[in-house]
Amino acid sequence: MSTSSETINSATSTIKRDKIKEAVIEIVSDSGEGAQKCGQSLGTISAKMGNGVWTVEIIPAEIRPPARSKAGASGIRVRMGSNKITNMGDHADMVVALNEQVLYGRIDQNAYKPGTYLLIENKWATHTEETKVAYEQSLLKFKELGYIIHEIPMEKECLKYVSDARKGKNMWVLGLLCNVYDRDLTIAAEQVKSIFSKKSDEVIQSNLDLLHAGYKWANENLSMHFTIPSKPSEGEYVVMNGNEAVSLGVMAAGIELCSMYPITPATSASHALAETIESAGGIIHQAEDEIAAIGFAIGASYAGKTAVTITSGPGIALKTEFIGLAVMAEIPLVIIDVQRGGPSTGLPTKVEQGDLLSVLYGAAGDAPKIILAPATIEECFHYVILARKLAESFRSPVFVLTNANLATGVQPFPRPNIKSAWFSDPIDQSKWKEGVKAYDWDPQTGLSKRPIPGQKGGMYTLTGLAHDEESHVAYDPAINQRAAESRSRKLAALKQTLKEPIINGDQSGDLLLVGWGSTKGAIEEAVERAREKGAKVSSLHIHFMSPMEPGLKPIFDKFKKVMTVEINYSDTIGNPLITKENRRYAQLAWYLRAETLTDIDCFSNVYGQPLSPIKILQMLEKTLDLNLIE
Amino acid sequence: MITLKPDFCDIEPLDGHLLSTDDYASSEARWCSGCGAHTILHSVQKLCSDEQLPPEKTVFVSGIGCSSRFPHYMKTYGFHGLHGRAFPVASGVKFRRPDLNVFVITGDGDCCSIGAGHWVHAIRYNMKMVVLLFDNSIYGLTKKQTSPTSPIGTVSNTHPTGSVLPPINPIQATLGLPNVSFVAQTVDWKLAHLEATLKKAFDHPGLAFVRIVQRCPVWMRDTYEPTVKDPNAITVLHHDEGIVLGEDALKKFRHVKDHDPADIVKAREVAELVKTTTPIGLFYQNKNASRYDEYGAHNLGISVEDRIDAINSHMDKYAI
Repeated sequence: MSTSSETINSATSTIKRDKIKEAVIEIVSDSGEGAQKCGQSLGTISAKMGNGVWTVEIIPAEIRPPARSKAGASGIRVRMGSNKITNMGDHADMVVALNEQVLYGRIDQNAYKPGTYLLIENKWATHTEETKVAYEQSLLKFKELGYIIHEIPMEKECLKYVSDARKGKNMWVLGLLCNVYDRDLTIAAEQVKSIFSKKSDEVIQSNLDLLHAGYKWANENLSMHFTIPSKPSEGEYVVMNGNEAVSLGVMAAGIELCSMYPITPATSASHALAETIESAGGIIHQAEDEIAAIGFAIGASYAGKTAVTITSGPGIALKTEFIGLAVMAEIPLVIIDVQRGGPSTGLPTKVEQGDLLSVLYGAAGDAPKIILAPATIEECFHYVILARKLAESFRSPVFVLTNANLATGVQPFPRPNIKSAWFSDPIDQSKWKEGVKAYDWDPQTGLSKRPIPGQKGGMYTLTGLAHDEESHVAYDPAINQRAAESRSRKLAALKQTLKEPIINGDQSGDLLLVGWGSTKGAIEEAVERAREKGAKVSSLHIHFMSPMEPGLKPIFDKFKKVMTVEINYSDTIGNPLITKENRRYAQLAWYLRAETLTDIDCFSNVYGQPLSPIKILQMLEKTLDLNLIE
Repeated sequence: MITLKPDFCDIEPLDGHLLSTDDYASSEARWCSGCGAHTILHSVQKLCSDEQLPPEKTVFVSGIGCSSRFPHYMKTYGFHGLHGRAFPVASGVKFRRPDLNVFVITGDGDCCSIGAGHWVHAIRYNMKMVVLLFDNSIYGLTKKQTSPTSPIGTVSNTHPTGSVLPPINPIQATLGLPNVSFVAQTVDWKLAHLEATLKKAFDHPGLAFVRIVQRCPVWMRDTYEPTVKDPNAITVLHHDEGIVLGEDALKKFRHVKDHDPADIVKAREVAELVKTTTPIGLFYQNKNASRYDEYGAHNLGISVEDRIDAINSHMDKYAI
């Protein structure tokens, strides 16, 4: 194949290319046509070329929704640029659609703008009469909306190489996009080989043929050609999605047991773990249900093994009783909540930041616990290691709140240099010191050492009932008060060690936006764009949700207005029934109002989509009464 | 110090003294006077002493209920957790700590009602542990509500005119599960049988499920007194591979039935006898059933260097 790629490469050198800073590309298809594999590959190839990348999956709710339907759109958005990319961006510049019907859902979601290129499979023009009519009407509509349409004979071209075009179009499209955006064909071929590494040579070869054919076809038939210069990156980089980063974090934390029950969008983290965790000294246990999954992890942790459970909101709901036990009995445990839309089973494949208050307060009684929220894919990796350390030091369950956007989003970051110091310390199995009790709470910090089965002299019976320092069921009326104080004091002790959040922008101004989790990139990009237009707006992002980061009140006081930006539900003033008295606030806003006694507003919505900078800019225009969007 | 093991075969040095039953006793048990759990507690302490189990290597895991207070009365490690959830915790303990002796203490509500899902799967996992189901057919701790094993017609606070559903037969249910490897039944008031059953269960290489029919003198006196007093009420299962009693002990039972514990089909038939008598003994044993704790232990002790190498080579797949 090397000969043919050289031929093509030399051909492309004659093409005139427009230099662009970045591009937003979508590939949209029916489920099962491999759009996501195509987009992830494009992202990886671009990351390998030194470009900034962010990908977002477009996932239907069903495994196999009806073909050629609005609800069935399955696909991916890839944003790639010369600089670091931190979010999904605003409107798409180019869309490849394997049928035109799947685009309607994206148009409803305002994903495109006049001038967006639509590259549409044209086999539908010659399909059944009904399809043909629908196809023509759609094309007319798209033209009216100002999109630039190119009809592409994808199936016809693919059938030259494979007998089933459904299994080939994605790699042909990848080749096409590699040509349009000047992607390195050698890197692309390596990527294709890597995707199909477990398949036969024959399969690999036919996919390579498709890649080159798509590339060649675009070279000969398309007029738009771009190049996105990249900076040579310093040091080594890796590119992966948030669930893969979580799985690597689990191993790098030296965690010996991942106990889980399948739930979207958390499950793929355990798929990623399944490949390697056993050679990294750990094991996956797929439990009979969510409750057993956490109970199993708690049992292992009680017995001195490091454990994690990975789940999503409905799983957290089921695990809540055991979480309370872990708090009460002070068992170290990492709980990763890959949040999805709620309540109930809600939006399984879609993004929401809806579990903050439920993990904070959802327990029988007062159950103080540690909660972290990574904002990037890189943090998904490092926060698991941090969580494990905190869990052990503070004898506490520690939550890591990611979400569907981080879980499936692909982003490059500097390759972590795995250190043995990241691994959990081996459990001390020496004889338990005479006189030390199972819950020998330090009066200042609430911290105590933990005896492990196997340790002579440390025998105690852990209980979820109120208990004294020796873990005996409490009959002394003062003990429950003292024990509750000790458990709570651990959070205060941890808070003492935290730094104040860093403000993005000026230290004072008209408005401060406060975010948490995956929205960081979109908020900061919107703030930067607004500041270029003269808006006095800054932002800060909270990573420690419990205990809450220190120093917030004095920061808030320097801004005329403070508001949170979140992906969860809140009422908006202006609705006929909603007043300041009955308004329900977004979750972080609610929490920060209680924490700082500041009148904090919020901007939130639950469309199941990541927040884009443009949506935040539109909100800023209204809030600040300024003209911020060209 | 050098001592002889009771069977006078092996001579082994001991770094401490021989552990007596008192060495396994913690605080005084707070069960009602006459409760069958007291007998079981002493029998378990005797087992620990007979086997010289290191207290620090022994873990009793329980759920919630009268029975589940058990770990507090043992001077070993204990885990008194949530209602119905003893099995997942015990499984988590055993999965990565095969060096520990794990016991599960559960009651009829804990195991067969709220924890029934876990019960089914624990049998399937078949990890080496002894499960003692304290079955008094009533909810005692919450003061007399119907249990899943209450006989039909049981008058309770939730069913003042008598319960309406037929009871679960835990033996039969367990025998119906895949990978089941040890199922026995005994009663709290036949000490020799109880002790012999515990010993047999402890020696079993997988999960030993033992249902102990247990008296509740406060809420179920009427149900149990006839069984305790009537020598015809119990049928003891007899076999060389089963629970072997001495001749004197065996003589005390009027009904003895030959039953080969290798035969699961017969075991299920014998479990049906519960409608007319209380069969006690070993219903079924298969020492070769696959064990999940063997899978759980297979990669323990990999060096940090090897683990880092594995992670790094995995990370290479994401390298750019």
